[in-house]
Amino acid sequence: MPISFTVNGEERSVDVNPGTPLLWVLRDELRLTGTKFGCGIAQCGACTIHLDGMTRRSCVTPISMAEGSDITTIEGLEGPEADAVQAAWRAIDVPQCGYCQSGQIMTATSLLQQIASPSDEDIDNAMAGNICRCATYVRIRQAIHDAAKTLEG
Amino acid sequence: MTRFSLSVAMTLALAAPLAAQDLRMPADFENIENETERSAALFEEMGKVLTHPRCLNCHPKDSPTQGDDMHPHEPPVIRGDADFGAAGMNCTTCHGPENFETTGVGGIESIPGHEPWSLAPVEMAWVDLSLGEICAQLKDPERNGGRSLEELHEHMAEDGLVGWGWEPGAGRTPAPGSQDLFGELTRAWIDTGAACPS
Repeated sequence: MPISFTVNGEERSVDVNPGTPLLWVLRDELRLTGTKFGCGIAQCGACTIHLDGMTRRSCVTPISMAEGSDITTIEGLEGPEADAVQAAWRAIDVPQCGYCQSGQIMTATSLLQQIASPSDEDIDNAMAGNICRCATYVRIRQAIHDAAKTLEG
Repeated sequence: MTRFSLSVAMTLALAAPLAAQDLRMPADFENIENETERSAALFEEMGKVLTHPRCLNCHPKDSPTQGDDMHPHEPPVIRGDADFGAAGMNCTTCHGPENFETTGVGGIESIPGHEPWSLAPVEMAWVDLSLGEICAQLKDPERNGGRSLEELHEHMAEDGLVGWGWEPGAGRTPAPGSQDLFGELTRAWIDTGAACPS
């Protein structure tokens, strides 16, 4: 039975096993490959998307849970916080290898949507589940602060 | 005992739900004549559930723990203002409305889930408390979510998140017994005066 949801503003419908992880639907069925596979057990954050406005690890999300939901992936991320985060990321060259960065940006954007001027502690708490194998954590934190300042105007 | 009867007994023991054998029934306490002593003994039996890692892991003072060894939650998480994690990394960032079976990579067989999923409020923290202290806390509306004893029974016997403790998903030991039996013990404890162990 088809499962229907919205991805980046477009109505989508897939007919797959309801237990299929959302990550595989995004990547293999919908060809949205910006969302990455890292661990498959919600330990690394590379697969982070927004589900109904909240961060969600797509590798542990059965597609059945997505029925009727509104999904945003890195390809469709937009809005003032997303723009500020991506600009800050580019300004100080946050990524090294870049593999984890879509997940990092999804979480950072969600954080700024909820806390306009996050402290170091707010940032660390939000980003604790997004692992970077290149250890770009210092630049990630700086870029989030920079993005917050941009949003202050 | 013959080899045959021993093997039948072992087969039956293995076939029966192991967890169901771990919690005694209220009738098992009827031989305690003093009602207050019986009530306290019933609570001690309830304590097998209350102090089980399936319950304690989400009744912490600070951050939740994981596993039967109650190790720190990985990835690191905080309680948060709403007992629901940090902004940008809420409980539901990883925990869905149902347990999710993984491929077993890294020895993690499933991600636990239930709707709702959150920590117990800090005033209901049980970690490091004695059973008597947990008992006193459970009876105190200031520290039990404003519940009467009857509402406490309903919570123990019927709440879905409490019930998750007996259906925790692959890779986790269920709480002893069953929620029905836990509810019966709670009922018997209340009916005998809700006494606390010393």
